[in-house]
Amino acid sequence: MSEDYVYKKIKSIIFSFMSPKNIKKMATAKIVTSELYDKEGYPVDGGLMDTRLGVIDPGFRCKICGGKLKECMGHFGYIELARPVIHINYVKKILDTLRCTCVTCGRILLDDEIAKKYREEIKEALAKETAELARLKVRKVIEMIKGIKKCPHCKEKQYSVKIEKPTTFTENDKRLSPIEVRARLERVPDEDIYLLGLVPEHARPEWMVLTILPIPPVTMRPSITLETGERSEDDLTHKLGDIVRINQRLFENINAGAPEIIIEDLWDLLQYHVTTYFDNDLAQVPPTRHRSGQPLKTLAERIKSKEGRFRHNLAGKRVNFSGRTVISPDPKIELEEVGVPLIVAMELTIPEKVNEWNIDWLKAFIKNGPHTYPGANYVITPDNKKKKITNETKEPILAELTPGYTVERHLLDGDISIFNRQPSLHRMSIMCHKVKVLPGKSFRLNPSVCTPYNADFDGDEMNIHIPQTEEARTEAEALMAVRSQFITPKSGYNIISAIQDSISGNYILTKESEYTKEEVAQLLISIGVEDLPTLKNRMNGKEIFSLLLPKDFSFIGTGKDGKSVVFRNGKLEEGIIDVNSIGVGTGDLLRNLHNYYGQEKAIEILNNIAKLGIAVLLKDGFSTGIADTDLPAETWQQVQDLLKKAEAKGFQLLDDFKNKEIEAFPGRTVQETVELRIMEALNKVRDQIGNLISDQIDETNHSIIMAKSGARGKILNVTMMSACVGQQALRGKRIEIGYRGRTLSLFKKGDLSPLARGFIARGYKQGLTPQEFFFGAMTGRDSLMDTALRTPKSGYLYRRLANALQDLKIEYDNTVRDANENIVQFKYGDDGIDVSRSHGGTINVKKIIKEVKGGIHG
Amino acid sequence: MDENKKLNFNPHDHVLVPKHTKISEEEKQKILQQYNVSLKQLPKILRLDPALQNIEVQKGDLIKIERKSPTTNKAVVYRVVV
Repeated sequence: MSEDYVYKKIKSIIFSFMSPKNIKKMATAKIVTSELYDKEGYPVDGGLMDTRLGVIDPGFRCKICGGKLKECMGHFGYIELARPVIHINYVKKILDTLRCTCVTCGRILLDDEIAKKYREEIKEALAKETAELARLKVRKVIEMIKGIKKCPHCKEKQYSVKIEKPTTFTENDKRLSPIEVRARLERVPDEDIYLLGLVPEHARPEWMVLTILPIPPVTMRPSITLETGERSEDDLTHKLGDIVRINQRLFENINAGAPEIIIEDLWDLLQYHVTTYFDNDLAQVPPTRHRSGQPLKTLAERIKSKEGRFRHNLAGKRVNFSGRTVISPDPKIELEEVGVPLIVAMELTIPEKVNEWNIDWLKAFIKNGPHTYPGANYVITPDNKKKKITNETKEPILAELTPGYTVERHLLDGDISIFNRQPSLHRMSIMCHKVKVLPGKSFRLNPSVCTPYNADFDGDEMNIHIPQTEEARTEAEALMAVRSQFITPKSGYNIISAIQDSISGNYILTKESEYTKEEVAQLLISIGVEDLPTLKNRMNGKEIFSLLLPKDFSFIGTGKDGKSVVFRNGKLEEGIIDVNSIGVGTGDLLRNLHNYYGQEKAIEILNNIAKLGIAVLLKDGFSTGIADTDLPAETWQQVQDLLKKAEAKGFQLLDDFKNKEIEAFPGRTVQETVELRIMEALNKVRDQIGNLISDQIDETNHSIIMAKSGARGKILNVTMMSACVGQQALRGKRIEIGYRGRTLSLFKKGDLSPLARGFIARGYKQGLTPQEFFFGAMTGRDSLMDTALRTPKSGYLYRRLANALQDLKIEYDNTVRDANENIVQFKYGDDGIDVSRSHGGTINVKKIIKEVKGGIHG
Repeated sequence: MDENKKLNFNPHDHVLVPKHTKISEEEKQKILQQYNVSLKQLPKILRLDPALQNIEVQKGDLIKIERKSPTTNKAVVYRVVV
């Protein structure tokens, strides 16, 4: 089959040096002058912009192939170097070759027999094994020759060749000019070259010393015409100009018989220019700069690093039909929708093929034009000409429109889009959403999909892409729809869930609220649930919540408070809905719905649950304020007592320590033990206060509701605001740096009391003492620096990991293989479990059996 | 194996060293067929690997390694001697 379409096939690729002959063969022009243009502005013959090298200006024709701009892809030229220069990238290889071959006879410094043995081995490795193995053997040969001081063939004494970076070779403190180097490399016989890892017919060592330099076609280094009419040449052209200029001067000086010093200086300069032409970012070589001081981008810089060809142009590209703007939340839009601003919707288009059934529909878009929504921007004729729709072209286009045309119409509600937030660390970072065109200038997304994107709204921006073909749209919808990403493949738990207010709302609803028939109807209709059953006159929250569930749903879960949450036949009978039921990762209820009713239903129910939560909050109001941190007088008194006791305990421990009554923990000194026990006591008191607050504070307190439902924050945060911030710790210890023997100058030396070592006994609302504030700032700064330093480091670590693992794949036989089908794991994860269908990587067989036998899920 | 590189204890006595066994030619072919791979596509083990010092092996032999894994009790891995 495939042979029918393959008309040329690459059998092998050979990487080698370019021989001077080769360079001349592929060249079309010899470059002899650094002048670029003559007085009239035409390219000079024999200059770097010679028209034989290709055309970059409209109107010119290539002298070689006769092609116009864009037709002729350019031709190489060459310059004859006045004196040879070393190719910077081969310095190491040249050095190896010089060291391994004889000064006089050029033979390799090995006995014939040994040489023969290794030659065969290397040849065989090249033919049958991998190049890597051959390279390894070559390294071995080179290592072996290192100590040899006498040529085994001509018995000549060998001196060690040294390198003075970047390109100077010395022998016995005498400099070897590139001419001498080249002469020596020429002497090496073909058979010995194999031992150095080169194949002589493709790569003679002397070709590593350049006598002639290829000039890349002008199409590779186009000049830019500025608005002022001035021409600005490419960096490469500049660099080549330097080379040609120095080369000409060197020629002239040699011909004029100038003193050796001058010639050598020019030669060195030529070497420098050729070196930086290849790589302008070398150690020990000062980079060539523009007049403005910014370094030139020469050959190596074009290829390597982030801005180089690979990462900038090949691995990543700019694309059409995409947009980027700030994101903001909109809990009222559907989970699978993305709100697209009107101005974006009028810029991004969908090509729609005209046929006899949709022609009238599409004509309406053209009538609206590009500036009225919903309009169209372009039409494409059957012979593939793109026509812009303007007020002038509108009428003729409408007249000529027939089936076969394509209309690029504006986005409409329900169109398929791909939505993405960087860094795209997992597959849920790019998902397929349905478009919903909205006023405003930001993309709107349902808060429930913040988790998979890891998005918040403090200024985050996201990207949108509009697939242009039917295949692309189908693929996007089938493979990356939000609903298909409900479960994260890393653990098998749900990553899409109700968050924040939605959780608080459902918590309040299912806890103890009760509504009249009218209120319930309003609540449900406001979230879009319209097929209501007959409602009772008064309904409690659990009954309302149950209305969203399938009628046959049974499940037993556990709430955050440890009590069971029981669903029987679609009714919530017992328990309170909180994060454990509908939160990220923990969302037991959601996961069960997903398991038994499928993606679509799960998303639909989640959507309703999230909206219901918000609706409940909207009805009664929900906010947090300073008053939330007020404590009843009695609680306050208890808190103070606890604090006093803890402090006393601290002093007690210190006294015991002084009286040597403390017994050391195993492996610790007595002093460490005291520290640990003080820390423990102080940390414990904060937890005790937390429990106190959790028990005694009003249940309707909004901060407490958020903490208890798991929507946001912990009881600890409330404790820190209203009662006690607690012990500050640096590197796992109480604060102990500062002055000698004390943390701040207001304390006595050697004061180990809680307050002198970073215990903050007050809450934020009450206010901190200056020293407490300072301790807080110390730990605050520490953690700030920690995160600031860790984020880029872990990012790079992840990048390396992802690049290394990127095309590993699980085959149908459960093996993990790389792109070459090499086996990496014989069974995926050793157990072959698909994590996305497991519970945190394990499968509970007993539970499945129980379910199959019948009974309640959970 | 290089005599002076030989360990003077048996690494297999150590709890962390998994069981290494040489696989017969017949079985080797069966495994290659089962996974539909050539020897080059399998993971490798160096001939001089200390774990192989008590086993008579040569290049191209297949070694079966049975070890514990965090996810299973017994994970079987095959490695080609190089």
